[in-house]
Amino acid sequence: MSCDYTRTVLHGYLDGELDATRSAEFERHLEGCRECATSLGSEESLRSSLQHSGLYENAPVALRKKIRAGLAAANNSSAGIRIPAWRWLAVAASILILACISWFSWPRPAKDSASTAPFTAAEMIDAHVRSLQPGHLTDIASTDQHTVKPWFDGKLAFVPPVKDYADEGFPLIGARLDVLGGQNVAALVYTRRKHIINVFVMPTKEPDSGIHAPGLRQGYQWRHWRRQGMEYCAVSDASDSDIYELAQLIYQ
Amino acid sequence: MSGVFQGKGSDVLDTQDRARFEQLVLPHLDAAFNLARWLLKSRADSEDVAQEAMLRAYRFFRGFHGGDARAWLLQIVRNTCYTWLEKNRPVELMTEFDEELHPQPSVSPEALAIAGANRERLTRALETLPPRFREVLVLRELEGCSYKEIASITAIPIGTVMSALARARQRLQRALTPASPQEAAREL
Repeated sequence: MSCDYTRTVLHGYLDGELDATRSAEFERHLEGCRECATSLGSEESLRSSLQHSGLYENAPVALRKKIRAGLAAANNSSAGIRIPAWRWLAVAASILILACISWFSWPRPAKDSASTAPFTAAEMIDAHVRSLQPGHLTDIASTDQHTVKPWFDGKLAFVPPVKDYADEGFPLIGARLDVLGGQNVAALVYTRRKHIINVFVMPTKEPDSGIHAPGLRQGYQWRHWRRQGMEYCAVSDASDSDIYELAQLIYQ
Repeated sequence: MSGVFQGKGSDVLDTQDRARFEQLVLPHLDAAFNLARWLLKSRADSEDVAQEAMLRAYRFFRGFHGGDARAWLLQIVRNTCYTWLEKNRPVELMTEFDEELHPQPSVSPEALAIAGANRERLTRALETLPPRFREVLVLRELEGCSYKEIASITAIPIGTVMSALARARQRLQRALTPASPQEAAREL
C-alpha cells in the first residue's frame, strides 16, 4: 500500500466530510489511482455490511419502562413532603452554583448578558480549527511585529497590539483577519513547540479583567481576558500552562 | 435499582425541566444503549450502565444549555462505560490506541463482501477491536455521527477523527479477512 490517500483523505471522502474543493481534488486523484479505487470499493462494501446486518441494538422495552418509572418517582417525591426552609436553601445553593458556573464558563452566547464576549466558545473553536486547514492560518506570514501591525491598518476599525515573543519561546508567525460572532477580529498566530496558538483580539467597552480560568472544549483550551479596551482570547491544543504563559506575556 | 432518580434534593428537576429532559434526552435511549452494548460487549451489563448514565444525565441536566442532546448524552454514556470498564475489566483498556499499522495489501471488495455478510462474524470482528477503535466505528456507521459529534463524544481532537476511523476500518478489515489462503479455504 503506497498511496497515502488510502489511509487518510479517502475516509473523509467516504464519510462526506470533505469540503467541495478537497472532494473534487480526491475524485481527480481517484481516476488515476487503482489502489484508492479498490480501497474505496472495499470500504463501501464494509460500510454496507455494517449498516445492513442488524448490528444496531435498541434498548429493551423493560429498560425504557424502568427509566420512565424512575423519572415519575423522582417527580412525585419532589412534589411532596420537603421542608420549605430546606428547599429554599437548596434553591439558593443552586443559584449560587449556577452563577459560579456561568462566571467561569466564559465565553457564553451574547444573549446571556451584554457584558460578556460577543461570541461563543463554539465559534471560537471553529475559527481556530478552520485556521488550521491548509492555507488558512495566516493572511500575512511574518515574524516581524513591525510588518504585522501596520498590515492591519485600514483592514480593521482598531489597531491590535502586536508583539513577537520569540525570546520567551512563543515566536509570532503571522496574522489574519477572522470573524467571530459576526464581528471582524484580529487573529495573531503564535507557535509553541509545533503547537499553533491563535490569539483573537477585538475592541471592547468592558472594564479590564484578570486572566480568566481556562476553558476546555473538544480538546482545545483557551484563556480569556480584557485589557485596555481590548478583548483577548488565546486558544490552542497546547497545554494550558503554555497558553497561560503567553497570556501573561501579552497581558503585561 | 428502583428509585435511582431520587437523588439528593438538589438533583431533582422541576416539572418543566423534567418535561424537557423527557423530550430532549430520553428519545436517545436507543443510542445510549447501543453505544454501551458495543463498548461493554454485553446486553445485561449495558442495561445497568445505560440506566446509570441516564441517571447521571438527569442529574447534570441543568448543565445542559441546549445544542446536540444526543452527543451530550452519548458523552455521558461513554464516560460511564469507561469508568465501568476500568473497574470491572481493566485489561481491555490496556490496548494501545496509537499503534503503528503495518501496510497491508488491499482486500478486494468481493472478498470483504463475503466475509462481512454475516452478522455473527461482523460482531465477533468488531468485538476483537480495542474499545477506542470500536467506538468510532459504532458512532460513525451505526449511529451516523458526524466527525464533529464523534470528536465531542470521544474527546479526541476533531482533526484526528478521520485518521482514527481510517485505522479502525483497517483493523476491522484485517479481523474479517483470514490471514492465509489455507485459512480462507477452511472458513469458506
